[in-house]
Amino acid sequence: MKTFWQRFLTNPRVVCGLIWLGLVTILAIFAPLLAPSDPFAIVAEPFKAPFSEYVFGTDSLGRDMWAGLVHGARTSLLIALIATVSAVAFGTMIGGIAGYYGGFIDDILMRMTEFFQTIPSFIFAIVLVAILTPSATSIIVAIAIVSWPPVARIVRGEVLSVKGREFVQAAIVAGQSDSGILLKQVLPNTLSPLIVTGSLLVATAILVESSLSFLGLGAPNLMSWGFMVGSGRSFLRDAWWLVAIPGVAILLTVLSINLVGEGLNDALNPRLRDL
Amino acid sequence: MQSGRLLKYIAIRLLQAVPVIFGVIVLCFLLLQLAPGDLATVLAGESGGASEAYIAELQKRYGLDKPVLVQLGYYIKNIMMFDLGFSFRYSANISDLLAERMLATLLLMGSTLVLSLGLGVLAGLLASLWVGTWKDHVISIVAIIAYATPLFWVGLMLILAFSIKFDWFPTSGMEDVVQFYEGWDRVVDIARHLVLPAITLSLFYLALYARLMRATMLEQRGLDYVTTARAKGLNERQITVRHVLRNALLPFVTMAGVQIGGLLGGSVVVESVFAWPGIGQLAFEALFSRDYNLLLGIFLISAILVVIINLVVDVIYVLLDPRIRVGS
Repeated sequence: MKTFWQRFLTNPRVVCGLIWLGLVTILAIFAPLLAPSDPFAIVAEPFKAPFSEYVFGTDSLGRDMWAGLVHGARTSLLIALIATVSAVAFGTMIGGIAGYYGGFIDDILMRMTEFFQTIPSFIFAIVLVAILTPSATSIIVAIAIVSWPPVARIVRGEVLSVKGREFVQAAIVAGQSDSGILLKQVLPNTLSPLIVTGSLLVATAILVESSLSFLGLGAPNLMSWGFMVGSGRSFLRDAWWLVAIPGVAILLTVLSINLVGEGLNDALNPRLRDL
Repeated sequence: MQSGRLLKYIAIRLLQAVPVIFGVIVLCFLLLQLAPGDLATVLAGESGGASEAYIAELQKRYGLDKPVLVQLGYYIKNIMMFDLGFSFRYSANISDLLAERMLATLLLMGSTLVLSLGLGVLAGLLASLWVGTWKDHVISIVAIIAYATPLFWVGLMLILAFSIKFDWFPTSGMEDVVQFYEGWDRVVDIARHLVLPAITLSLFYLALYARLMRATMLEQRGLDYVTTARAKGLNERQITVRHVLRNALLPFVTMAGVQIGGLLGGSVVVESVFAWPGIGQLAFEALFSRDYNLLLGIFLISAILVVIINLVVDVIYVLLDPRIRVGS
C-alpha cells in the first residue's frame, strides 16, 4: 500500500501544478524585489512590444507589464487565500454546530445555508463590493460570504457521520465539554474533505477576484491580473498581448490549483480514483 | 403519479419558495441601508441629480422618516406591487428596464444551456466509452483547462481570433440595428451575434457536464442492472443507449437547475465583454453610474428567477423519474 505522499507526488498533474504554483508564490513573495517600482508608475512610452527592454512590454499608459504581473500575483494569491480561510472557518463553525447539536439549531442553520446557496453568488458579490465600495477588505468579505455554504454542508455531513462513533461517545461519557469534543474529536476527522474543498475554493476565489477587478470593482490601489485584462481590452486589435498575458497567468494559476486539489482528492481517497 | 399528488407537491414547493424570496427582499433592504449616502439619495439614483421635490416624494413613498422596521414594510409593499423604483440615468422605471432587457439574457442563457448540455453530455459519453485511451485523456485535459479559464478572457480571445483576425462574427451587440433586417434575415443576424457570447458562457459548463457525464457513466456501468442487461445478452451499445444513458442523464436535470445562478453571474461578465444588451450589461452600466437601486433590482430579479427555475426543474424531475414517489 502506497502512502499518501507517494500517491500525491508521483501524479504528473500534481507535479506540474506544484511547479507553477511554486513559481507564482515566489514571484508574489519577492514582488517588491523583482519589480521595485510601483506597478502603477509610468516607466516608458506606451505599447512597447514584449521582449524589448521590458520583458512583457508596456501597457496603454506606459506601465511595466512585468511589474504588473508580479504585483498582481501578490494581490490574487493573498485575497484568494484570506477569503478562502475565512470561508472555511465560518463554514466549519456553522456546519459543526448544525451537525453536532442537530434538531432546531440544525434546521435553522441549514435553511440559512441553502438560502445563501440559492441566491446567485457572483451577482451578490458584485452588489456587496459595489455597495461596500471596492477595497481588498470588501472583496475578501464578498468572496468569503458567497463561498462558505458548501463547506458548512460538508462539515455537517462529516460531523453527523462521526457523531455516533465510539470515540465521540467515549468523550461525552468522559465529561468533555461540547466545544472540546467538537474541536478535538469531531473536526479533525473532517480534515481531509476540507482540505480538498478548500483548495478548490482558492481557485474559484481567484476567478471571482479577477472577474470583479475586470469589471472595475478591484481594489483601487492594488494591481491585479483582472484589472490588467480590463484595461487592455480596448486595445485588443493592436496590442493583443496586453490582454493575453495576464489572462494566461490567471488561467495557469487556477488550472494548477485545480490539478493539485484533484491530486489531493485522489491521494486521500484512493478508491475513488477511477471515477 | 396521480395529478392530485403532483399538484400538492407543486403547492408545497411554492410555499417553500416564499421564505426564500422574502429573505432576498430583506437582504436587498439591508444592502440598501449599507449603501453610502442617505437612503433618499441612494434611491434617487445618481446623487445630486434629483430635485428636492422628488426627494421629498421618495421620503413619503418609502416612509423614510419612520423607524427602520416600518421602512422595511414600505419597501416590501413597493416590491410586491412591482415597483422597484426609478432610474434617472435611463429615465425609466426599473421594473420596465428589467423586463425590456430580460429577453436578451434569457436568449443567451438558453442557448448556452443547450450548447453546454448537448456537447458536454456527448463529450463525457465519448470519454467514458474510450476510458483510459489517449482520446479520453485529450477530452479530460481540454475539460480541465476550460474549467479554469476566466470567462472574460475567453470572450476577448474569441473576439481577437474570430472577429478581428478572421472577421467571421461581429464583436459586439445583439443585432445590426442600422441594417433594419426583418423576419428571417433578422433571426440570422441575431444568431450571428449570439455565437461568440454563447460559446464563451458555455465553455465552463461544457467542461463541468463532460466531467460529470463521464463519472456518472463509469459509475452506472458497475451497477447490478447493467450486469443483468449483459446477462440477458444485450451488446454494449444497446446497454449504453437503452439503459445506462437514461439513468446517467437524470442528474443533469437537477444540475442544470443548480447552474442557473452561476449562468446569471457569468452573463454579467459575458454581456459586458460583448455589449450584449441584457440585464448583465445593465448591471455593468449600473456599476459605473453607481445606481445601487438598479443594481439591487437586478440582484432581486435574478434571485427570483433562480427560485422559479429551480421549482420548474424539480417538477420536471418528478415527472421524469418514476422512482420518486412524492410525499413518501
